[in-house]
Formats: sequence, structure tokens, C-alpha cells
Amino acid sequence: MALPVDIEALDKAFSGIGVDEKSLISILTNSNEEHKKSLRKGSSKLFIEDAKGFERSDQSSIKILKHQFKRFRDAVMLSVLHPWERDARLIEKAIRKGPKHYNVIVEMACTRSSDQLLGARKAYHSLFHHSIEEHLVTHIKGRERKLLVALVSAYRFDGPGVNEDVAKSEAQILYEAINNGEKNKLLDHEDAIMILATRSKQHLQALYQHYNQSYDKTLAQDLEGEGILKDTVECLCTPQTYFTRVLEAAVKEDADEESKRALTRVIVTQKEQLVKEGFVPNKIQDILLGLYKDFMLASIASGDIK
Amino acid sequence: MATIDVPEQVSVLADAEALRKACKGWGTDEKAIISVLGHRNAVQRKQIRLAYEDLYQEDLIKRLESELSGDFEKAVYRWILDPADRDAVLANVAIKKLSPDHHVIVEISCTRSPEELLVVRRAYQARYKHSLEEDVAAHTKGDTRKLLVALVSAFRYDGEEINTRVANSEAKILHEAVKDKEFNHEEIIRILSTRSKMQLMATFNRYRDDHGTTITKNLEGDSGDEFLKTLRPTIRCLNDPKKYFEKVLRNSIRRVGTDEDALTRVIVTRAEKDLKDVKELYYKRNSVPLDQAVAKDTTGDYKALLLTLLGKED
Repeated sequence: MALPVDIEALDKAFSGIGVDEKSLISILTNSNEEHKKSLRKGSSKLFIEDAKGFERSDQSSIKILKHQFKRFRDAVMLSVLHPWERDARLIEKAIRKGPKHYNVIVEMACTRSSDQLLGARKAYHSLFHHSIEEHLVTHIKGRERKLLVALVSAYRFDGPGVNEDVAKSEAQILYEAINNGEKNKLLDHEDAIMILATRSKQHLQALYQHYNQSYDKTLAQDLEGEGILKDTVECLCTPQTYFTRVLEAAVKEDADEESKRALTRVIVTQKEQLVKEGFVPNKIQDILLGLYKDFMLASIASGDIK
Repeated sequence: MATIDVPEQVSVLADAEALRKACKGWGTDEKAIISVLGHRNAVQRKQIRLAYEDLYQEDLIKRLESELSGDFEKAVYRWILDPADRDAVLANVAIKKLSPDHHVIVEISCTRSPEELLVVRRAYQARYKHSLEEDVAAHTKGDTRKLLVALVSAFRYDGEEINTRVANSEAKILHEAVKDKEFNHEEIIRILSTRSKMQLMATFNRYRDDHGTTITKNLEGDSGDEFLKTLRPTIRCLNDPKKYFEKVLRNSIRRVGTDEDALTRVIVTRAEKDLKDVKELYYKRNSVPLDQAVAKDTTGDYKALLLTLLGKED
């Protein structure tokens, strides 16, 4: 007979992000048929009793389990690929998967350096025999297309020397676009898109400050609910806010699979930043499991290794 | 094929000395400058600049700028720069004009290879502390702006694969646009700025096969709105760049008063690329060799430099 503590341990081994491999080894290898039978009966997650009283696996739960087991593998792959190939593959996947994933495209285009983005574009050619912008226009028919193509095509200047007057006047252009025009037409606002897609990050950060000072709220606040527009502004001006938001969404109670995958992506690709920002892994410690947890925590810990 | 005539053995040290000698003292020996620089390729010119800097602690370009003047100086300045740096300068000049020269921006973004365009963008940033697309966006508006920014930002796939289904459907879209003169700008910009050059060739060929005339013929004329005026060179450059350059040369010489800017630009930027082929096209079209037409229309050292770059023997 399986003790309640065993059943609880089995459930717990699958109740986080990743899988507690050690615990599974110790429960299952010491388990005979009787023991396993009561594990199956007692497990709330993996098995159901069908009409004939047969405890069969619940396929949808098993499917979710597959994702959990895959996490360590995915983390390894993501971390070992050349950053250009990695980003190119992330973009291609996001294009294929649809609107809910467009923020990944924004993330790739806006949080990488100009040269890294260029590298990803080159890698994309090699891997997929098309340019990113070609795939974007082929697969995305919605209004996000303009902004996404523009962001991905940018080769922003990276250096000091911001013209404060221009930054201030462009803050005003954005303010008027958001507050005077129809909000849902923002994605078609040519000037707004040009500003966000062509200006240097330094310029946009100055613009962000001017916006805050002039209008008593931040540009991100004014874009609340505006999906990839808000993501764009955050990624360009306050990336740590964006990444924190993504990480917190990943560890929420009801987080879906895509949100959880973001955890791997952000930690693996941003570990230097996370260390710099003093990111405290406490929040994620409790919810991560097994080898995946070890990999993630070690990544953050070693983030400052160049 | 290139037209410049580069000797087998080159000593950049000797060249630097020769240039120094040409600039020293009263007056300048323009012939000497032409005879050295006019026969050196981009790599050699760069080495000469470095050697000159080493020997005389002076920037050769600045020295030449101060010694020379007029169209000759402009031509030498453009010729001596690195190709990518040169394109950056040409683009900036075109953008900053009171009435920007859109066709120059089109020319640079559509006739250079995808890799070359990237290097131009980098060179532009290094020189002007702004991105090329930023400056283009700031100095243009409307749909013309959309087209130009898209063209300069493009990093086209440069493979050989073509999709005939896409060629078919996009030839249709382009035809609708051209025929009705109701240009669905979004679609045109999308096609022209994202497709690979091979794919676009397939599309243009399909257009020609389906409608009996080339798309450029359907776009003939000089009039129309700003967008149309920018669209024409775009399609011409993407469809047949050599033919495009022949036309620019023809127009620059034919006009009452030569358009030296255009003449210099084409000769200087294509001398190491395909000016030979352009010369042949010119002759076919005009029954007059390009050398002859240029000689008739220009004078002095400027003329001498152009003819040297065209491959004329000294």
C-alpha cells in the first residue's frame, strides 16, 4: 500500500515547473505492483478511473507532463545554440504560433543590441531561406504587421548625443497619438511607428523621461492594454520592467504553458542582466523542480561570467 | 565588369609619396593625382591613405579637399572613400537637400547587395551618429517615407530560390496597381522591400509574360506624385540595375547643363562594379561611346578623372 506521503510526493514531483527527478526515482524504483496501484488510485493528477473501473492515464495530464520533462532539454538547447540562431528560431516559432506570441518578436527585436539583431537576421536567412521581414508579411495579416516589420528591420544607432528638443517633441507626438486619436488606431499611426522603430534606444529613453515629466504618467502606463505597443516601449526603454513582468507571469498559479516557457527563455538569454539587476531568485526557487531548477538557478548565479 | 585599369604591381608607399609631391608647394599637380588614384582599387586606395597618414601625419582626404575644388574635388573625394563610406556620404547628401533626392536613396538601397547595404548602414552610423533609417524618416513623409524607410532597412535573403506561385500572385498585385494607377501602397511596399532580388526578378518576368510589356514600360513618364516618382526608380533598380544606370548617365549628359552630381555618382560607384556593361548598353542605346559623350560634355581635370575611371588609356 502506498502511504499518503508517497502519493503526495508523487503529485509534488509534478507540481511545479520542471520535474523532481530525484524524488521520482526514489518513489518509483522502490515501488512494487501493489504500491504502484495505490499510487495510481491516489494520484489526483495523472490517472482517472474509467467506466470499467480501470485506472488509466489521463492523456491531457500526460501531455502536460511531457512539457515538464522537456524543460531541462529545452533549456540546454537554448543555452547552447549560437545567440543568433537561438533568436532566429525563437522568432520563427513566434511567427508560426500566432498573435499571442508576437511579444517574443518584439522582445527579440528590441532587447538585443543592433548587431545582435543583425546577426539574428543573417542566421534567419541561413536557417529558413527567407528574410524575417518576408515571413512576417507572409504570415501576419493583422495590424501588428507594420510595427513588427519595422522593429525587426531596425539598425539603431547606439551611442550618446540625444537631441533633447527632438525627444521632447516626439514625446508630444506620441502623447497626442495616444490621447487624442482613437487608441485602437495606434498601430496605424505612421509617425508613432517611425519614432519607435528608427530612433536610438538612448533617444527613446530620453523621450520616455520627457513624457513622464510633461504628462505626469509614464508612456508605458498610457499604453496599458495596448499589447505589443506597450511591450515595445518597455523593451526599448525599461527592459527590466518587461522581463520582471514576464517572469512573474510565468510563476503565477494559473500560468499557461507559453508563459512558463518564457521563464527558460528569459533566464537563459538575460542572465547577465538578471545578475546586474540583482534579481533575487526566491520567487522562482519554490516553484522550480529538479534538474531544470538546478540549471536555472546556476545560470543566474553564474550570469556574470563572461 | 569593372572599367578601372589597375597595374599589376603597386607600391602604396610610392603612391603616398607621389601624392604628397603633387600637393606640395604652389599649385597642385592634378594629373599626378589622377594618374595614381585613378588606377587604384578600393583596397589600394585605403592602404595609400594609411601610408600617407603614417608618413606625413596628415589625413590625405583633408589635404586633397583643401587643394582641389569644384566638380573635380567632389569626384576625387567620392572616389577615394571606402565604397560603404562613400554610399553613406551620398545618402546623407541626398537626404539633407532641401528637396531630398529620393532616387539616390533608392539607388543605394536597391542596387547594393544585402551585405553591402548593411555595411553602408554601419558606415552611416559611424559618420553621422544616427541610423540611416532615422534620418530618412525624419526628412520624408507619407507613403514615400514608408517606401524609402522600408528599402533602406531591408536585409533581403540573397538565395536563388524562387516561388512561382508567389511570383504569379505578386505580378498580379503589381499589375493591378500599375494599371489602375490606384496604387495600393502597402502591398507594393511590402513586395518591393521584403522579397529577395531573385524572387522579384521572377515576379517581373511573370509580369512581362502575362502582359506583353515590362513593368517599367508601364510606369513610363516623369510626372505623377512623389510616391510614383520614387516607385519608378525602385522598380527599375530592382528589375535591371545596369539599364537603370545607363538611363541616369544618359539623362545626366543630355540635359542642358550636365548633371555633374549624377554623372560623378554613377561613374565613381560603378567603376569597380559593372561600368563596362553599362558602357556597352550606353553604346547600344545611343550609338555613341560613353567616353565620347562624357568628353564632349565635361572639361579639365574633372573630365580627365572621369575618363580615367571609364578605363580610357592615358
